Amino acid sequence: MLAFILRRIFQSIVVLLCVGVIAFALFRLVGDPVNQIVSIDTPYEQRMQIRKELGLDDPAIVQFGRYLAKAARFDFGISYQFRQPVASLIGERMPATLELTFVAALFSLVIGIPMGVFTALRRRSFLSGVFMTVSLIGVSLPTFLIAILLRYIFSVQLGWLPSFGRGQVVQLGWWSTGLLTASGLKALILPSITLGLFQMTLIMRLVRAEMLEVLRTDYIKFARARGLSDRAVHFGHALKNTLVPVITIAGLQLGSIIAFALITEYVFQWPGMGALFLGAVQNVDIPVMAAYLLLVSFIFVVVNLVVDVLYAVVDPRLRANLQAA
Amino acid sequence: MADVTLTTPPDTPSRWTRFRDSDLLASFLSSKLTMVSALVTVVMILGAVFATWIAPTNPFDPASVDLMNSLFPPRWIEGGDPRFLLGTDNQGRDIWSAILYGMQVSLIIGIVGVIIAATLGIGLGLLAGYLGGRVDALIMRVADIQLTFPAILIALVIDGVVHAFFKGAPREQTAFGVLVVSIGLSFWVQYARTIRGSTMVEKNKDYVHAARLMGVPAPLIMLRHVLPNVIGPVLVILTINLALAIITEATLSFLGVGLPPTQPSLGTLIRIGNDFLFSGEWWIVAFPGVTLAVFVLAVNLLGDWLRDALNPKLR
Repeated sequence: MLAFILRRIFQSIVVLLCVGVIAFALFRLVGDPVNQIVSIDTPYEQRMQIRKELGLDDPAIVQFGRYLAKAARFDFGISYQFRQPVASLIGERMPATLELTFVAALFSLVIGIPMGVFTALRRRSFLSGVFMTVSLIGVSLPTFLIAILLRYIFSVQLGWLPSFGRGQVVQLGWWSTGLLTASGLKALILPSITLGLFQMTLIMRLVRAEMLEVLRTDYIKFARARGLSDRAVHFGHALKNTLVPVITIAGLQLGSIIAFALITEYVFQWPGMGALFLGAVQNVDIPVMAAYLLLVSFIFVVVNLVVDVLYAVVDPRLRANLQAA
Repeated sequence: MADVTLTTPPDTPSRWTRFRDSDLLASFLSSKLTMVSALVTVVMILGAVFATWIAPTNPFDPASVDLMNSLFPPRWIEGGDPRFLLGTDNQGRDIWSAILYGMQVSLIIGIVGVIIAATLGIGLGLLAGYLGGRVDALIMRVADIQLTFPAILIALVIDGVVHAFFKGAPREQTAFGVLVVSIGLSFWVQYARTIRGSTMVEKNKDYVHAARLMGVPAPLIMLRHVLPNVIGPVLVILTINLALAIITEATLSFLGVGLPPTQPSLGTLIRIGNDFLFSGEWWIVAFPGVTLAVFVLAVNLLGDWLRDALNPKLR
């Protein structure tokens, strides 16, 4: 078990180093940073002086080490576009993205699991057919089209919900939250539905498939033979055993939620990290791009690691395999 | 080898008879949904291919576009102009023509991107499966790492890098290349994994051993002997990937990092239309959006059917 965890941690560090190399390489692609600091008629000696001060004379590997050391202290340099430290830019926007992804993930679980259970138990009912069709559309429709559609119906036509922004936010220390005001909550509805819809359909299909599988097993037959109520069988025995893979997939999907948050944030002008990154890509703002990449991959890697380890902890079969290996 | 008597093979039925009697055709004809989606896909692809002849105007040609015609609603709505079936956008472009041309652009990028992805994936998968050892470990490790990152993020990063690299180049010239390379690099993993798996099985079969004993060089064995035997499942991935590639292209164009408005794809058209949603000109975004959604849905349904029909376990 310990060997497994250590090996996974080692792999994660390798992945992060690779991303670090890519992020670092981005800086080298855009040419000499000295040119962006000095004016055209700066003498050669002065340029050399600046080069030395910035440490650009050192070998690439030393510069890379320095970059990583700084990144570990959340020092990602200054944004070309905003002339502000990247760390504070991202720090300002992180709460918005995290709240959005959290609510979207919650939405997808709270709606997706019951829908999956329902379609598995009542396979032939009309409502199940409706759910399955909706899920097919949810998988096929691109996120940005769903966003446009929801915005058109609920903001433009009905005027019920705001079409952009976070509404009123409350500052809790450095964390700005939209969860405490009515307008903030209202503003969250459409973006989180947009973001959560794909995951919801995925979870629904997964729960359905797992439930159908579990309902065929002997221990379910035995539970029925014991005369347990349908409710106890379905929820106490069947659902419980489907949840392990569901939680794994849900955890692994967190990565794509963060990626899709970018699209949602763009359409709803949500002031989050994704929108910041998108602006950075359009304006070749390398420090922001590099920092976002590092941060997102860090989150991915940590989530994957936690899910993998949890899986081994939760599923006794996997543990036995590991010991045998 | 001892003397081998050559016997003429028994009469093999012609390709057409084999196709007519195949399970594939039977399963196709038994599913109405599949037939409808195949029809939709074919009609839309034909529309895109013959866009130049079908479309009443050429939206790429500034000479045929008149600003006086801007923002007409569709023909059947009051204020619509009979010349413009689905209305016009803010620059006076006919939406119906723009969709046909946009579809063409989307399809070309999707297909070229998928071909790049498939070539890269098949090549690397063959190498990894056939050579094994360190090559295999390296390729599959890279695949693992890439799989943790969603395609759209990879595509955005590639886009950013390319634009950082060719700073001066206008988007018109780089957009196509950037998009197909981004799509190619984001989707190769699935091909590589599939091909690697079946190559590992195939390489231990007698015909490969025989070829090796005869001194056929490894690249030739991989391409001429192994490849034809492992290529089957790729067809399904290709279909499903085409839908994904078109969505990815549309998303990138919608986000403003894809094709510029001067050579719009469906995504670019939706991006343009999105700005007019609040002023009530819904038709600019609605028709390209519906086109994209219907096409993707149809291709996905076809892919689903193909996967089930080709899966021997489900027969």
